[in-house]
Amino acid sequence: MTTSSDKIAIKDFNFYFNEKQVIHNLNLGIPPNKIFAVIGPANSGITTLLRSLNRLCDLSHEARQEGEILLDGRNIRAPDVSVTELRRRVGIVFDVPTPLPMSIFDNVAYGPRLNRKTRGKNKSALSGIAEEALRQAALWDEVKDRLNAPAMSLSGGQQQRLCLARVLALKPEVILLDRPCSGLDPISTAKIEDSLIELKNRFTIVISPHNIQQAGRVSDRIAFMLMGRLIEEGANADVFSNPKDQRTSDYITGRFG
Amino acid sequence: MKPTKPPPRRFNFRGFKPREIKPQTVEKIVKGFVWSVALMVIAVLISIVVFILYKGLPVINWGFLTEIPRKMGREGGISSAIAGTLLVTAVAVFIAMPFGIGTAFYLAEYTRGNTVTRVIRFSAESLAGIPSIVYGLFGFIFFVMYLNLGWSVLSGGLTLAIMILPTIIRTSEEAIRSVPNTYREVGFSLGGTKWQTIRGAVAPSAVRGIANGVILSVGRSVAETAAVVLTAGSALRMPASLSSPARTMAVHFYILATEGISMENAYGTAAILIILIFFINIVANTLINRFVAKGR
Repeated sequence: MTTSSDKIAIKDFNFYFNEKQVIHNLNLGIPPNKIFAVIGPANSGITTLLRSLNRLCDLSHEARQEGEILLDGRNIRAPDVSVTELRRRVGIVFDVPTPLPMSIFDNVAYGPRLNRKTRGKNKSALSGIAEEALRQAALWDEVKDRLNAPAMSLSGGQQQRLCLARVLALKPEVILLDRPCSGLDPISTAKIEDSLIELKNRFTIVISPHNIQQAGRVSDRIAFMLMGRLIEEGANADVFSNPKDQRTSDYITGRFG
Repeated sequence: MKPTKPPPRRFNFRGFKPREIKPQTVEKIVKGFVWSVALMVIAVLISIVVFILYKGLPVINWGFLTEIPRKMGREGGISSAIAGTLLVTAVAVFIAMPFGIGTAFYLAEYTRGNTVTRVIRFSAESLAGIPSIVYGLFGFIFFVMYLNLGWSVLSGGLTLAIMILPTIIRTSEEAIRSVPNTYREVGFSLGGTKWQTIRGAVAPSAVRGIANGVILSVGRSVAETAAVVLTAGSALRMPASLSSPARTMAVHFYILATEGISMENAYGTAAILIILIFFINIVANTLINRFVAKGR
C-alpha cells in the first residue's frame, strides 16, 4: 500500500486506548501535494489516526501504539526526532475552532514566536509571516483592519480560518484537518475548501471531511475506514464511481453512517 | 385480548385531588427566597462597614495617619501599625506566592494523581482548617525561638506565609484546571514545549483566578491577629527593618479594645483597616483588568 514516494507512510499501525483497540493493523501511504481524505462514520479511529501523525496522541496517558509512521522515510517516533519539530512540520486544525484568548495577530504569531529561528525576528518580519498566512487562509481581507481585536470576536467560520492561518504561519509540510467544517455555514465551508485546493501544491493535506460530499469536492485520494480498519483506499473517482467493497458503496451512498 | 381495567387513581378520595403547585408559582417563590436571602446578607455586611466607619472616621485625620502612637495608643496616630501591616503582609505574600503558585502548577500540569499529589492536597486542605492561633504558636516556637528571629516582621511574615499557602495553592490549582484543555492541545500542536504551552496558552487564562486567590490571601494577612501578635510582637515603634518587631493594625486595635485603652482609636484603626482592604481590592482588580483582559 505504501511506496517510497509517499510523504507519510503508515506501516502495521495499531493503536490502543487502555485495552480498547481503536486502529487495527493499518497500512496506508499518503502522497505529497495532494488532498487525502479519510472518511468513515464516528468511532472509526480517524481522529486518532490524524492525531497520531503529529504525536498529539502522546498527550493521553492511556494511549499505546505499535507499528511505524514514516515522515519522509523517517520514523516519527525515533528517539532522535524532536516532537516539537515534528509538530511544526505537521500542523493540525481541530474539529471546533480553537482560537487562543488573545488578539488575532497574536494567534497567528503564536507558533512563529515559539521557534528559536523566528522568535528573534522583529515585528515587521512577523507581520509579514502573519499576513501571508492570513491571505493563504482567505481571511486577510476580513481582518486586516483589526488585527489587534480579540480572536474570540470573530465568527465561527472566521475563527476556523484563523486556526488554519495559525498552522500555515509555521510553514508546515503536512496539514491535518479533523472535520474542520463541522460547525460551519456553507459559505465559510466553501472558503476553507477553496483555500485547501489552492494550498495543496505546496502542502500535503490530510482531511477528515465532515461529510461525503466534501470528500468528493476537495480530495484527490480517499481512504474509507470503519471500526478502526482500513476498508478501501484509492483515487477519488475510483472510490466514488467504482467502490471495490460493498461497505464502501453502502457508506458513500448513504445507506449507513 | 381482555380489556384491562384502568388502575385506581390515587388520592381520589371523594373527589379530593392534591393541589399541584404551578411551576410559575414555584419560580416566584424561589426568586423571592434567593432575593431576600441575598438582600439580608448584603444588609448585614453593609451595616457592619457603615457602623465601623461611622464610629471610626471622626478620629481619622492627617495626624492619625502619620504619627506613631503615644501613651500606648491613647494618643497619637497609627503610622507604625500601618507600616507594620503593610510590611508583614508584603513579606507573607511575596514568600507564599512563588511557592503556592509553583505547587499549583505542579499539581495541575506536571503530575497525575499519585501518592505525592494526594499528600500535598491532603496537607493543604488540613492546613487550611487549622485555627490561626496554632500557626502563631508554631511561628513563635519555630521562627521566633528556634531560628532566633525574635519578634519581627520576618517571623510574622513567614508565619502568615505558611498560613495563606493552602489558600493560594487551592485557588490557583482550581484556576489552572479550569483552563480549557483545547488551549493545551493548541499550544502543543503548534510545536510548543510544555513550559511554552503553560506560559503562552494556559497561564494567561488562569491569571485572573490565581490573582483572586492572592487577593484573598492578602486580605487574610492584613486582618490576621492571633498569628501575628505571637510572632511579630506588638511594638509601638516604627519598624526599622525586617528584623524589628512590629504591631499590625489588627493587633493594635485588638489591644486598644481589650485593654480599654481607647475605643475611639480602636474604631479609627478598624476603619483604616477596612479602607485599606477596599483599596487593595480595587487596585488589584484594576491591574488585572488592565493587563490580563487584553485581547479577549
